[in-house]
Formats: sequence, structure tokens, C-alpha cells
Amino acid sequence: MSLSPDDVKRIARLARIETSDAEAQATQAQLNTIFDLIAAMQAVDTRGIAPMAHAQEVFQRLRDDAVTETDRHAAFQAVAPAVENGLYLVPKVIE
Amino acid sequence: MKWETVIGLEVHTQLATRSKIFSGSSTAFGAAPNTQASAVDIALPGVLPVLNKGAVECAIKFGLAIGATLNRVNVFDRKNYFYPDLPKGYQISQLAKPIVEGGALKIVVPSTDSGQSEDKVVHLTRAHLEEDAGKSLHEDFHGMTGIDLNRAGTPLLEIVSEPEMRSSAEAVAYARALHTLVTWIGICDGNMQEGSFRVDANVSVRPVGQAEFGTRREIKNLNSFKFLQQAIDYEVHWQIETLEDGGRIEQATVLFDPDTGETRMMRSKEDAHDYRYFPDPDLLPVKLDEPWIEAVRAALPELPAAMQARFQNDYGVSVYDATVLTGSRALADYFEGVARACGQGKLAANWVMGELSAALNKAELDIAQSPVSATQLGTLIARIQDGTLSGKLAKQVFEGLWEGAGEVDAIIEARGLKQMSDTGELEKIVDEVLAANPKSVEEFRAGKEKAFNALVGQVMKASRGKANPAQVNELLKARLQ
Repeated sequence: MSLSPDDVKRIARLARIETSDAEAQATQAQLNTIFDLIAAMQAVDTRGIAPMAHAQEVFQRLRDDAVTETDRHAAFQAVAPAVENGLYLVPKVIE
Repeated sequence: MKWETVIGLEVHTQLATRSKIFSGSSTAFGAAPNTQASAVDIALPGVLPVLNKGAVECAIKFGLAIGATLNRVNVFDRKNYFYPDLPKGYQISQLAKPIVEGGALKIVVPSTDSGQSEDKVVHLTRAHLEEDAGKSLHEDFHGMTGIDLNRAGTPLLEIVSEPEMRSSAEAVAYARALHTLVTWIGICDGNMQEGSFRVDANVSVRPVGQAEFGTRREIKNLNSFKFLQQAIDYEVHWQIETLEDGGRIEQATVLFDPDTGETRMMRSKEDAHDYRYFPDPDLLPVKLDEPWIEAVRAALPELPAAMQARFQNDYGVSVYDATVLTGSRALADYFEGVARACGQGKLAANWVMGELSAALNKAELDIAQSPVSATQLGTLIARIQDGTLSGKLAKQVFEGLWEGAGEVDAIIEARGLKQMSDTGELEKIVDEVLAANPKSVEEFRAGKEKAFNALVGQVMKASRGKANPAQVNELLKARLQ
């Protein structure tokens, strides 16, 4: 499988990354080498091997259900571009 | 053409944990904006999620309660999309290996036509853990949107049914049964106004007999059973009309507007999201070990379905009554308290679902706030059973209990509500009534049944409601033979 320039543009748009045609072309070549690597790995016979969700055979440690955080919104909001009534203000986006 | 409706529901239940699913922030509702949003919840760089054991346990409880498969190893994935109330740019969810798969829920669908209720089993596809997003406030902030991230990271269990419901009534019955179950086992507070139980409905129609499904539209975010029913009814009507007019249905996400009662398109399939799911590298697979599962199983309360069967067996109530009485744990416990106190299951059910429910509704009270205790109501019913009270007098005693006038026997005594037991006294009244109403007597003898009822009414009136109606019937019949 290899990517077309349109695929690259679409992926960039989904990730909200602005790309020029030249960048898209360069990225396309780089991404395709990654796809080649994936293709090489897919040639390995993995029949009978359960897929893993993580590189190591370890499991998630769990936290007890307890409130341990305190209110630090003043510190967090000190670096926010715009704040009002305790809310973060962002450009209007309505879905 | 005859059409068949096909409905599947996705329900987001907010889990009743103290802290969030991946951080130690509080999940309490109604706090000032952003005061319960930690570095993890607002996605500061370098932070890592740590999974809440309580949230996992809620999912285990649910899986056990519906007889589902618990995936001993389950995995969290990233669901990628951009929206300002999702600070990480992805939601942590479960796609390929959810914690719960399969299972089933028994529902009872009340039928409007026959008055008979119908049993049905709805199968579940899956239930998975995920985090909630924050809230966007689009009021006027100089043309900008305000973001409150208190809700971001609140644990949710998304419960997905198979497309097995065939009417809005079935969808509502399923949603209600699910609501009862999650509150019953204590994993969700069930508060629909606060968004703790939100329903998405996938709706399609197809000609009766057609095997494949029609194209579905998804109605998002319904937060009451009434809206769920209205939205589905409107949507089904709209889809059938569109198809009969020669149009076709396009896959879409729609919103229901309670003010107009209509659904409108939010986005079509063309601009549907491409979420680019992949396993979250920040979280390891979750392992459920057998001792944990067995401990959770042992701590589960008796479930609604088991209790319904027991109520039918032990107390002789109908399927429908058993379903209503197990609408919540508080109600079920109350009913059982009444039934035990009086030893009359059917009468107890009638009083709890009739007089008591009506009074509670009128006063806008919950069963837990009932001014009349289960023991008091049980005693009252016992007094009907032993002949002390007629049904009518019992209602007066009930009013006394409701007003807090004391215990059953004290109210009967104080208000002189005891049913007349002296036959001689009653015979006297009957004779007086017969003498005073020769016309009714004549009519009855001429074959008019109604006249008999008029005479019973007169006797009851003369006894000021204290005569035993069965006794009155008997005496009157004897005299008129």
C-alpha cells in the first residue's frame, strides 16, 4: 500500500496541519517508506500469535477511587490566552 | 407498503465514582467552572493517565448483571477528533477489546391495545469504558465560546444494544430497564437532567419481510424517556414518508428539538468523523483477575429480573406489576415490606401502585420520602383483611397516616372508622332503607339490577360508610328474595 498526494493532504487536514504541495510531496515519500517497512513486517507469518496492545507483557496498574487533586485553576488559567468567569475562551466552534 | 422499524440504542451512563477515570479530580456535579480539572484533565504536556479501579469495577458489575462476557484483558484506544472541549485532541475509549461483550436484558413492553404486557429479551453488543468531554458554553463571550473542563475525564460506560427493538415503546422499555439496572447495582446515579444517563438512538425502517436493514440515522443525546419516544416516532414517520415519496435515506447524525418535536440533520456521512483509532500507548492493557470478579459477583444485590420472578412466585403478582414494583430498589424494598407486614401480596401491590403512588405523585415525592411507612401500610391492609375496615374506610385511614395522625389502630379508634360488625344494627338500617325506598324495591323485583345497587348505596350512606359492603349485599338479597 502506498499513499497518494491526496491521502497525505487528507491526513494533514484531519490532524489540522497546514501543508504546502511541496511539503505534501516530501511527506508522501517519507510516509511511503514507513509503509514499505510495514509491508515487510506483514510478510512475517503471525498465524496463531495473539496480537498485543503493548510491546511488553505487562498490565495496567490501577489507582484507588479517591479524590487527590485540588483546585489549581488559577495557576492553570494564568497562562491561558483568554479567560472569563473561570471559563477558557476559544474561537466559536459549533458542531 | 407495510414498514418495520429497527432501533438500536447507545447509552452513555456516567459512573458513580468519586474521582475521574484517569485523574484524582472530583466528579461532583455543579462545581464552579474548571475547579475540578487537573493537569491531566486539561491535557498539560507530559502528564499520564492512571486508571481508576472504581470505574473498572463498575463495568465488571454491569457485565455480571447482564450475563455478559468480561474480557479478562481489555484495551484502551485513542479516538481522535478536534473540538475545544476535548483538550487532548483525542478521547480515551475502547474499540477492539472492550471490557464487556454480549449479555442481554429482559424488558416488559406495555401494550396499549390489549392491556396485556409483552416480554422481550434485548441483546447487548458491548459496553466499554471511556472518558467524557468538557462542556462548551456558546452564550455571549464577545463572540467566543467558553470552555468548562470539570466534566472532562468523568468516567462513562457506553452501553450498546443490538438493533433488536421494533418500536419506540420497546426502545423506551429497554432504556427504562437499563436505567433501573444501572441505578439498582449502584454504578450510576441515573440523573437524566444532569446528563448521567444519555441515550443515542439508531433508527431505520425497512419493508416488512426484507432481510437487510434500511439506512439508519442516529438521533443524538436524548435525555428523557419522553424525548426518546417522541424523537423516534417523528424520525420513523419522516423516514417512511421520505421513502414513500420516492426519496432515499442518507446516513446521518440528527438532533431532536423538544420545542418543535422534530429531528434535524447535524452532519451527513460525507463529513462524518474519521476517528483514526489506535491503542493508547500511555495505558497498558487492563487485566481482570478471577478473585476480583468473584468478589464483585458476591457483593451484587438481588437483581431486578430475579426479584420480579420471586414477586410473582411468592406474592402472586402479575408480570406487569412485578416489573413496576421493581422499578427501583427503594420501591421493591417498600413493596416487600408492605407484603410481609400484611401477608397479602396482591393487595399490597394494589395499594403501593394505586393509592400510595397517586399520593406520592401528587405531592411530588419519591418512594423513599413517603410519609407512610411500609409497616403502616401493611398494617392498614391487614385491617381490611380482618374485616375491621372496608376499602372505603381504609382510604380514610390512609389519609390519616399520610397526614401523620398516628398509627393505624389509633386512627381507626380516634376517627370512629371501624366497620360495623353488629348485625342487628345493620339489619335495622336495611329495613329502614327498604321501607323508605319502595320504588327501588319494586324496580328490583321487576328485574332491574341497577335498583339493587341504589339500595346498597342508600344503606352505605345511612351507615356513614361503616357497613361491610359484602354483608349489606347479603342482607339485602335475603330481604328481597
